Amino acid sequence: MSSHDDHTSRRDFLTGVIALGPVVATLAAGAALESRGSDELPNSVPAPNHPTVTDYRPTFFTPAEWQFINAACARLIPADEHGPGAIEVGVPQYIDRQMNTPWAEGANWYMQGPFFEAAAEFGYQSQLTPKQQFRLGIKAIDGLCQERLKQAFANLTPTQQDDVLRQIEKGTLTSPELPLATFFSGFLLKYVLEGYFCDPMYGGNKEMAAWKMIGHPGARADYFEWVGEAKPYPYGPASIYGERG
Amino acid sequence: MAIVEKPVDVLIVGFGWTGAIMAIELARAGLNVLALERGEDASTVPNWAYPKVTDEIAQSARNGLLQNLSKSTVTIRYTKNDRALPYRQIGSFKPGTGVGGAGIHWSGVHSRVMPQELNLKSHVTARYGAHFIPAGMNLQDWGISYDELEPHFDHFERVCGTSGKAGNIRGQKLEGGNAFEAPRSQEFPLPPLTDPPTSVLFAKATRELGYHPSPLPAANASRPYTNPYGCQLGPCNFCGFCSDYGCINYSKASPQTTILPVLYRMPNFALRTNAHVLKVNTDKSGKVATSVTYVDAQGREIEQPASMVILAAFHLHNVRLMLSSGIGKPYDPGTGEGTVGRNFCYQLLNSINLFFDKSVYINQFMGSGGVGQAIDDFYGDNFDHAKLGFIGGGVIWGRQTGNGPVRGIPLPSGSPGWGSGWKAAVKENFLHTGRIESQMSNMAYRNCYLDLDPTYRDAYGTPLLRMTKNWQDNDLRMSEFFGERLSEIGKAMGATSIAGRILKRGDNWDLRPYQSTHINGGTAMGSDPKTSVVNKYLQSWDVSNLFVLGANVFAHGIGYNPTGLVGALAYWAAANIRSSYLKDPGPMVRR
Repeated sequence: MSSHDDHTSRRDFLTGVIALGPVVATLAAGAALESRGSDELPNSVPAPNHPTVTDYRPTFFTPAEWQFINAACARLIPADEHGPGAIEVGVPQYIDRQMNTPWAEGANWYMQGPFFEAAAEFGYQSQLTPKQQFRLGIKAIDGLCQERLKQAFANLTPTQQDDVLRQIEKGTLTSPELPLATFFSGFLLKYVLEGYFCDPMYGGNKEMAAWKMIGHPGARADYFEWVGEAKPYPYGPASIYGERG
Repeated sequence: MAIVEKPVDVLIVGFGWTGAIMAIELARAGLNVLALERGEDASTVPNWAYPKVTDEIAQSARNGLLQNLSKSTVTIRYTKNDRALPYRQIGSFKPGTGVGGAGIHWSGVHSRVMPQELNLKSHVTARYGAHFIPAGMNLQDWGISYDELEPHFDHFERVCGTSGKAGNIRGQKLEGGNAFEAPRSQEFPLPPLTDPPTSVLFAKATRELGYHPSPLPAANASRPYTNPYGCQLGPCNFCGFCSDYGCINYSKASPQTTILPVLYRMPNFALRTNAHVLKVNTDKSGKVATSVTYVDAQGREIEQPASMVILAAFHLHNVRLMLSSGIGKPYDPGTGEGTVGRNFCYQLLNSINLFFDKSVYINQFMGSGGVGQAIDDFYGDNFDHAKLGFIGGGVIWGRQTGNGPVRGIPLPSGSPGWGSGWKAAVKENFLHTGRIESQMSNMAYRNCYLDLDPTYRDAYGTPLLRMTKNWQDNDLRMSEFFGERLSEIGKAMGATSIAGRILKRGDNWDLRPYQSTHINGGTAMGSDPKTSVVNKYLQSWDVSNLFVLGANVFAHGIGYNPTGLVGALAYWAAANIRSSYLKDPGPMVRR
């Protein structure tokens, strides 16, 4: 099935029809949009390849926020005997890059008011975008740490940091600025996990180390001969841009 | 003033499964057909070509194929006394968008319907007595029989290249197939897919427990296949990127793999994308649809006249178009009168994860949306409800749909959510975790309905659809019964621990975790215009040149996945339009 041919013939047909009637401009515009959707190159390739780099400079986070992100990553997924930590596989740069996407502006969410507090079952009812969550969440946590422990989060001991994160998660450490437990589970931890396990093209999961740790073959996506066997899969992972591990 | 386009014979609103089916069937009848799709065009290449599509961030975490809620969503409340709140992020259900609609990111489970579900009110009354139906439950017959639909179920399976094993061909029971299956006219077009480890364990355990496992029908091709239109499918390779994803292998049936390559070559068919339909317009009598009004990519309002209008969008949009167009009488829960928005239903899903010993390899990263083994021992009325005190039932399955770590690694209860302990747990469990589920029917209730929200509007200024719904006592009692069955099966499968979600009495509808996209009802089909919006041919009782497709025509919920029934109903409607309506346009059933 050659979809290219299908689209070409359909477009020709549409173009033929368009010449009729007084609304040429409307239909021509529609047909042009349609062809752009199906044939233009950017639609056929994956997201740009931006693997983890060693001297990454954040473009969204301020120096203080960047310190927080790095410190939080080091506690949420520490380097240990089980495998690499979030820092080692580039999770902070994954998050910083994600802050520059339309998703981080809430572009796919219904963000019209009025906004009301609601039972948790009704899901996210805040008007804060992911960007705002990170900006306000980090500020609130650093503020609380300064107030109680006289240090920014990044300068606390690992034990103190774990304690702060645990209290935020449980809801025992709160802020009047925003619901910190939501920031923790819905944004901070969520983005850290994404960056840990994403395809390396997004800047996290450097050298597919997180996939190797758990035995995930990544983008291999071809298990016809293996699916009927409840055995270890023999090959290491592959990434979208062809890295092999 | 709106730009007015040249009239067409048939105008189709929405271009997913039902839109594509109606388009090809009516174009083949020689009609001039135009489809309007709010989203973008898309096809296997380039949109979900390998390796691009194996991107869990873009497809799962960022809702690659789903409706952009910033443009339009719904509001939800539990009862009519509550304030409804917008569904701001994707959670419990996942409406699609664009050409192919939800037929792109679906799993492929391709069931039919149990005959008794189409006349459940009569069936329950006959077996248990009318008193068995609880107060407030709007049970009603659908006005159509399984036998009438059988040829169309069969045809849709042949279009999809569905893999499965017949258990009942024309009344003859067959080994290896579903022991509870309704009679089918012939064997599935393709043999079952290879069972992955979860399904092997599920089949063995349920058989030992005395149940009757059989392969789930899957619209994921097990072999190379050419369908009746001449479209070709390739065998599924269990890539693990199925639900949420477009298929890289031309294996999962979608409009793109099964219909569009042929339809797009027909000179009497045209498609306009980026066309968001606002309203169906009628003449002064209110009984004839004359055109639809839509907004194009530039924000211009365009009027498209047509001799026939077919609503073929997703459930939510079909129901809202009926309400915002003022066609049919909106349902009033106070009086019980009116039909549009009545009998809004969903499904209940219990899902438990099974954690196995390290010697047991499940390899959940392999899998296919529809592959699995299932039991129908507790489906519909296949079991005696007299002492159970609820109406309805469901399917229990051991599927292996494919999973990756961004989509979430399930962990045993009590596992840490982060830190070294979490790392140890994900490392230990990722390859050794399976999942079994029960998918249960949701009955219709007087207090569960759809109308237009008085407060919230979409990007086009139209009021959002408002859902008033929560789980009812009947549903939750049924769910508890299924929870016990799941635990029993999970243990028999040899799981060392079990953790998951069983809906119990006291639970509310939780909009956050994904459950299923099988919302239904709101424009019920039926034989009585007082309780249905469309007749058995899916023709509006009020506007005879308007046909309404989709799961919104279900009179109440069913336990199976709805796509098989939705597709069969579309073929049934198309066949009757061709054989009857076109010869004599007008009401096909007299009121």
